[in-house]
Amino acid sequence: MGLLIYGIINSFSLALMAIGFTLVYGISRLPNFAHGALYVITGFGVWWFVHKLHLHYVVSIFLALVLMGLIGAGIYRFVLIRVRGMATSEIIATYALGLAILEFLRWRGFKGMTYTLPVFIEGSIHIGDVPVDFQRIIVIAIGVLVVSFMWLFTHFNKTGLALRGMAQDEHAAMMLGIDSDWMAIIAMAMGSILAGLSAIVLLPLGNIVVEAGYNVLILSIAVCIVGGLGSWVGAILAAFMIGFIQILTVQYIQSHFHMVVALLAIIITLIVRPSGLFGKQKELEERV
Amino acid sequence: MDLTIQERRKERVDRGIKVRTEGIYAISSLEEVTYLVFPRLVLIIGILLLPILMPSLYWKRVISIACIYSLLALGFDFLAHFVGLVSLGGAFFIGVGGYTAAILNKSFGLPIVLTIPLATVVGALICTLLLLPALPLRGVYFAIVTLMYPLALMRIIEALNILGGTDGILGVAGFPNRWVEQYLIIFILIFVLFGLRRFVNEDIGLVFRGVKDNDQAVRASGISITFYKALAVFIASGLGSLGGAYLSHIYMWSGISQFALDFSVIPIAATVIGGGGTLVGPLLGCFFLVPISEWLREFGTLRIVFYSLILMMFIMFRSEGFMVYAQRKYHQFERWVKV
Repeated sequence: MGLLIYGIINSFSLALMAIGFTLVYGISRLPNFAHGALYVITGFGVWWFVHKLHLHYVVSIFLALVLMGLIGAGIYRFVLIRVRGMATSEIIATYALGLAILEFLRWRGFKGMTYTLPVFIEGSIHIGDVPVDFQRIIVIAIGVLVVSFMWLFTHFNKTGLALRGMAQDEHAAMMLGIDSDWMAIIAMAMGSILAGLSAIVLLPLGNIVVEAGYNVLILSIAVCIVGGLGSWVGAILAAFMIGFIQILTVQYIQSHFHMVVALLAIIITLIVRPSGLFGKQKELEERV
Repeated sequence: MDLTIQERRKERVDRGIKVRTEGIYAISSLEEVTYLVFPRLVLIIGILLLPILMPSLYWKRVISIACIYSLLALGFDFLAHFVGLVSLGGAFFIGVGGYTAAILNKSFGLPIVLTIPLATVVGALICTLLLLPALPLRGVYFAIVTLMYPLALMRIIEALNILGGTDGILGVAGFPNRWVEQYLIIFILIFVLFGLRRFVNEDIGLVFRGVKDNDQAVRASGISITFYKALAVFIASGLGSLGGAYLSHIYMWSGISQFALDFSVIPIAATVIGGGGTLVGPLLGCFFLVPISEWLREFGTLRIVFYSLILMMFIMFRSEGFMVYAQRKYHQFERWVKV
């Protein structure tokens, strides 16, 4: 019972972390390898707003999310736009940016127990005989909300449909009057806001640490690749698969294997079926 | 000529000697010989003199480290620009080579003369075998797999507590003599640099470039692309493993920090700065970046910030790199012509 509940919670955490990356990479084909850095910045941003500027928690969260949207749009406008279309350069440039941000934060000494965010609601309830605190229930609730919102957005909203159109055939989309740069800016802004949102929901469960940036990036790539690019169903299923396997390995083998699961999932998926479990797009181009 | 910018354009013309000597050697006059030999000689003598010019033992060590990074960067440049496989896992090659050398030395008691060549070949074999299933992948997907390998190996070693766990393997034999340690790697580096330049201009280099540009055409010619990709990965990972083995013997230690990000990022940054596809460029890039990185060591992780930003700026604004620019200036006239 405990395994089941914590497996579900872990899966929703993964889905939340990965959804921004999936939106940006899976749907719009922009590899934003600074995703993990954005996640960590949000944490420190909110902490700074609350503790140094003495703003209200809700106001800080709102401010941090707006800031993330701007940073995301800025990354596209000033970095990605210059290397658009050269997949490897896109990856290296954004990865270098993320690396610079994370290591800068580490250099400034943002580590240790001092940096925590308060939980939204104190306390816990018992489901069966397993104690679950409210923050984890909020994780599940927001996870469900965000996933269903994103699904509706990309299937029934004009902007969302345009984003998918860009991913499927950029030239055809442009002929129908979709502005490719503008769509990419929207996608990056939304992806960054989602990274920030996941940080705000998940970080109160522990300390804010720089290493989380790398882990979040790896986990997001894992979910995105195992699920298959451009498939929401795949991403959710992948989050559940990886989430449950992680909980099972931690329970029965060793807690150190937590990240190894994600890394091996990426390697194995790419080798066996590079388009992922449910990926339909561009299957032929990915391998010889 | 006082024409406005709209009325003129820059015309580039190859120097006569460059036109004649693409592949054949011009030895008709001293001037031509100098034209060909001078840049190479400057490079070789410069590298050979560097350790003597360095003031302290610490900076001499930095030169050795720069040579190891250069081997890695040469491998990266070769794979990325001649075979079309972008490998973000330099740390994987270094780590495998380093651990292999340490194990051969500690557990089998082999002397250093044997461990370095053996670790090079065995390490390259291990890397090639592990990357074999990933070879059919193209571009970004191969890059992601290679990025994940060193991270996964590092965490597996940590989790299983094998191979000395987080402490690593201590007490690997060192070099008998400081000057041997210093100059062996320099000679290896020079040999590898000029060897690789020859190699990519042989017939086999043509096949490699074919694999990069149009793998289906190569396949249609009845050539196995998997074999050539594996061969290229073997060469590149061999260079990395050689560097790793050397590193283990220099520090008399091998540990999980050999899978660290530095080994993946610096060679890429060096290649981008130095100019991809020139093979000399990455080497110069390493000799520029590694000392700066050492110099910034007291600022801790700020050095990673520094070279990631350099890398980003170069990719965004000067993606051709230094050597491509320099070679163009050396081999071509430029003159303004009226449009």
